[in-house]
Amino acid sequence: MALLEVNNLCISFGGLRAVDDFNLSIEKGELYGLIGPNGAGKTTVFNLLTGVYKPNEGIIRLEGQDITRKSTIEINHAGIARTFQNIRLFKNMSVMDNVKVGLNERFKYSTLEGILHLGKYSKVEKEMDAEAEKLLKVFDLDKEKDILASNLPYGKQRKLEIARAMATNPKLLLLDEPAAGMNPNETKELMDTIALVRREFDMTILLIEHDMKLVSGICEKLTVLNFGRVLCQGETKAVLSDPEVIKAYLGE
Amino acid sequence: MKLTMNKKTKDNLITYGIVVVAFAVFQLLAVTGNLSSHMKGLLVPMTYYAVIAVALNLCVGILGELSIGHCGFMCIGAFTSAFFSKVTEESLPTAPRFILAFVIGIAFAALFGFLIGIPVLRLKGDYLAIVTLAFGEIIKNVINAFYIGVDSKGVHFSLKNAMELGMEPDGQLIVNGAMGITGTPHNSSFTVGIIVLLLALFVVQNLVNSRDGRAIMAVRDNYIAAEATGINVTRYKMMAFIISAAIAGAAGVLFSHNITTLTASSQYFGYNASIMILVYVVLGGIGNIRGSVIAACILYLLPELLRGFNTYRMLIYSIVLIVMMIYSWSPKVLEWRKRTLGNINFPWKKQRA
Ligand SMILES: Nc1ncnc2c1ncn2[C@@H]1O[C@H](COP(=O)(O)OP(=O)(O)O)[C@@H](O)[C@H]1O
Ligand SMILES: [Mg+2]
Repeated sequence: MALLEVNNLCISFGGLRAVDDFNLSIEKGELYGLIGPNGAGKTTVFNLLTGVYKPNEGIIRLEGQDITRKSTIEINHAGIARTFQNIRLFKNMSVMDNVKVGLNERFKYSTLEGILHLGKYSKVEKEMDAEAEKLLKVFDLDKEKDILASNLPYGKQRKLEIARAMATNPKLLLLDEPAAGMNPNETKELMDTIALVRREFDMTILLIEHDMKLVSGICEKLTVLNFGRVLCQGETKAVLSDPEVIKAYLGE
Repeated sequence: MKLTMNKKTKDNLITYGIVVVAFAVFQLLAVTGNLSSHMKGLLVPMTYYAVIAVALNLCVGILGELSIGHCGFMCIGAFTSAFFSKVTEESLPTAPRFILAFVIGIAFAALFGFLIGIPVLRLKGDYLAIVTLAFGEIIKNVINAFYIGVDSKGVHFSLKNAMELGMEPDGQLIVNGAMGITGTPHNSSFTVGIIVLLLALFVVQNLVNSRDGRAIMAVRDNYIAAEATGINVTRYKMMAFIISAAIAGAAGVLFSHNITTLTASSQYFGYNASIMILVYVVLGGIGNIRGSVIAACILYLLPELLRGFNTYRMLIYSIVLIVMMIYSWSPKVLEWRKRTLGNINFPWKKQRA
């Protein structure tokens, strides 16, 4: 059984068919690329997968379980975490606290224990701190843990967003153009981070990117979107030599 | 990790310390006869304004939702607790009665926070400001129309006038329409006010440093990211708003047990009063709990202390407002404070999704 199985997903905004008859199947452990020119509907696919938009048609299954009409929160609890094309951090909170928000649903004590700082509070907070520090170390953010998220340099903000998503212990990680706005150095570092996440957490990743060169190096499989429709789908090599894809990209 | 914990704990202790020291100083001045009776009369109001400023800062600064009707919750707390204290004045000893009055005032304020929160907090946008504004005004007008009396047959209620209650001759009129509640026992004192303030600080500061507090601030900073991170946005908004309303209710209990005649007047519970609290919060630094306490105390006492200056009073008051504004908000001053005091003040920004 595929980890993520998407069938015939459709959504329209007014007259615009932003995503039309979209199909996707991702196996556990894969690094899968979703590419296409700007406005192709890639981010809309992410918003459909995470329940931000409800599809007009189609079905989404995670480990065989139907999550199509679930809320964003339920979908996160079911095991999908994401990052955003335009970074969305908790800006006025520390780097550490950003990650601890990600741990919020996994490490629990009651509101009363929180207000009184009694009961399980100290023990669970310690566990959260330890877990958060472990994650921050993986992403090389441990030295910055006490500074405000908004004061991080751009590349590190991207990393923190991934760290926060990983803190929810997802089965599937969605990355929306993580290299957008990065210089070649930062992009290289980011690719290393993604490789690290795969190795370290054995993570399945769906990656959006509009730069073809970038994904072709690291993804095993690709889906190419154009005007909301799947243009081509399959092993990276085969997709990249597909005449339709070449035409769409050269015609950009 | 040790360091952050210690820093947060230390920060909280400093706040409690400031309150305790201020309490000691005022007590000393009072004991040594250096406080005029006029000044003594200002001490309890100073504490309940500090309490409601803390409550409002939880709503505006920590949750990031603008409320301009917080005095409405104070009004609920004031009237429900005063009613209770009047009814049980003869039958209960002072201490347990006063504690129960707090429980009741807080519970009713929280209940109204919940009722208002249900429709409003699901919406995204500044609707809360509008609805709380209306709520504050409505609650005031509704209470002004209430006539409630108690006799041996039980509680009588009317919206017309006291005669309509049809009470037995020995019945007791408790809420007398626009004339409100008269003769609530004077149980509030400066000491009680300080204790309530310390408790309010304890609740809010501890909440902020707990998983619920982090979730609340995450919702404030970016609710879209919060949802994607599995945070139940509505639940946490509701939690913060109810706790905020409850604390405002506690301020109301202090209020009603410090005044001979409690009326639902605009002066105390209208939107202008709510905006005055908002001014305390903004000038103390949004999201800065300690700042709210300090700003509330200074800005409440100041106009009274300046009475001697007569014509220049409002001028000086305005200058102080401007200076506080600069101290709390100017990026340059914040930078300077960060360097010299190590006191990081998080400027508050409402995020637009
Ligand atoms: N909420 C929305 N309302 C209307 N149109 C939208 C909305 N979200 C996306 N679209 C449209 O759908 C199309 C695909 O957008 P998007 O998924 O962001 O593209 P990509 O991420 O591939 O660059 C665009 O034409 C965009 O304007
Ligand atoms: Mg996009």
